[in-house]
Amino acid sequence: MTALALQQYLDFAYIIAVILFILSLRFLSSPASARWGVLAGEIGAALAVAATLFNPELVQYKWILIALIVGAGVGIPLGLVHMTAVPQRTALSHAFGALSAAMIGIAEYYVGTAPVTRFEMGEIALEVIIGSLTFTGSLIAAGKLQELLPQRPIVYRGQNIVSLSVLAGALGLAVALVVNPAHAMLFPVMVIVALIFGVLLVTPIGGADMPTVISLLNSYAGFSAALLGFVLNSKVLVVAGALDGSSGFILSLIMCKAMNRSFTNVMFGAFGQVQVSAAAQKEERVVRSATPEEAAAILAAANKVVIVPGYGMAVAQAQHKVRELYDVLTKKGIDVRFAIHPVAGRMPGHMNVLLAEADIPYDRLIEMDEINGDFAQTDVALIIGANDVTNPAARNDQTSPIFGMPILDVDKAHTVMVIKRSMNPGFAGIDNPLYYFDRTLMLFGDAKQFVGGIVRELTGGH
Amino acid sequence: MPADFISNLYVFILAGFVGFEVIRRVSPLLHTPLMSLTNALDAIVVVAAIIIAGRHETTLTTVLGAIAVAASFSNMVGGFLITDRMLRMFKSGRSKQS
Repeated sequence: MTALALQQYLDFAYIIAVILFILSLRFLSSPASARWGVLAGEIGAALAVAATLFNPELVQYKWILIALIVGAGVGIPLGLVHMTAVPQRTALSHAFGALSAAMIGIAEYYVGTAPVTRFEMGEIALEVIIGSLTFTGSLIAAGKLQELLPQRPIVYRGQNIVSLSVLAGALGLAVALVVNPAHAMLFPVMVIVALIFGVLLVTPIGGADMPTVISLLNSYAGFSAALLGFVLNSKVLVVAGALDGSSGFILSLIMCKAMNRSFTNVMFGAFGQVQVSAAAQKEERVVRSATPEEAAAILAAANKVVIVPGYGMAVAQAQHKVRELYDVLTKKGIDVRFAIHPVAGRMPGHMNVLLAEADIPYDRLIEMDEINGDFAQTDVALIIGANDVTNPAARNDQTSPIFGMPILDVDKAHTVMVIKRSMNPGFAGIDNPLYYFDRTLMLFGDAKQFVGGIVRELTGGH
Repeated sequence: MPADFISNLYVFILAGFVGFEVIRRVSPLLHTPLMSLTNALDAIVVVAAIIIAGRHETTLTTVLGAIAVAASFSNMVGGFLITDRMLRMFKSGRSKQS
């Protein structure tokens, strides 16, 4: 087989891989066929990797094999993490993807097989900047989600000016390199400045904004891989990067829409600052609270129950107790459904995964737009660890920082029950008028214990 | 502007549209598995990393290439693994009763 013919076989393998990748995402359109998607993706990836190992340019396999073994050694445990750790695992995988793209770009700069033209220099510089900032940005996001770093926004005066100057510095160095690619010592400086910008970009963003940030980082990681495809003239990278990048981009748009905010507002708005004053001026108002026994009695008398899960359910790991509650109520002939807000939790789809893990059938998980019309006919809305996504101030209080955000209309239900640890305002620090309504009962306590208490009452010797 | 750039741009734009159309159809129910699956697919950059590491041009590029191989291969293995684990959990009410 001549070298040229071999190259054509390799290209053919990559084309098949690309087709399988697109099919893989296509299969994901329904939960029934979704697992075929994983299989298609795996075959495509295995084919591409195997074909690459036959590339005649390869002269030494030792480091490839060691790195593949290390990669598998890191990847397998990361694929087996507990479902509650999925958001931080995802952020970490964005970091790895971006690290990989940045490293290849940097290596390509130093390979020097051909003299670097200005155009190529521009491509490499842009690719390495995006890869580097996504790497550190994703690490910070993972640190916040793992609670190694504080989840609250970290802000200081003049922050945006500092961050944007650092970004301008990185881009300035890139321009200098394009003007004169021979200034090789500027290249590592540019990489370091881009790495610093990634840290500055994500540090000020609070936990409640993580669904948007994780999606944006997803999109950056994808586009850096696509840019790498431009640099290396590799179509398979261009396609895979474009698919990943557009997926992250669509998810970011959905998340922003679900919070009624713009990209710039998420990245530079420092959510959570404005609310300090709003929370301070609340007067003493009366809330009604109830015990597990009372809550159980109200639920037992209901016909239709909607459960609204939020990040608090994930933190308390209450999903399995919630499933017991679902089973008990369903056995009594009560219609139980779950209302899922797009930004509930810390990443897109977070609540669905946790509830599916607890074996709750997915046809019981209803999206916001579909279920909102049904709250008026709902006897009990039971809110477990969700706050801002149920706040009626978003609908009717123009001064509220979340005004305009689409919410779950739980306040239309006949009775609202809220499981909450204390009256402390939620993550974003915004007071929730829902808690002071006449029809609202506050169930104070840990979500897992409280739901467990209700289940005991419903099953216990009555 | 090099000719390669133009042909890559065509591919990028077309793939972007395909991605948009395909991903738009993914149910919000599966947004978390979607993100881990696209992450695993994106890890195909491992093929470029393998070439950098295996060409063995300088110590620096080999080290950078090996880091890139390890990082992207861990995404590939871990991404497919966790996506499959998540998707296995999604059961409909009917299939659950059987």
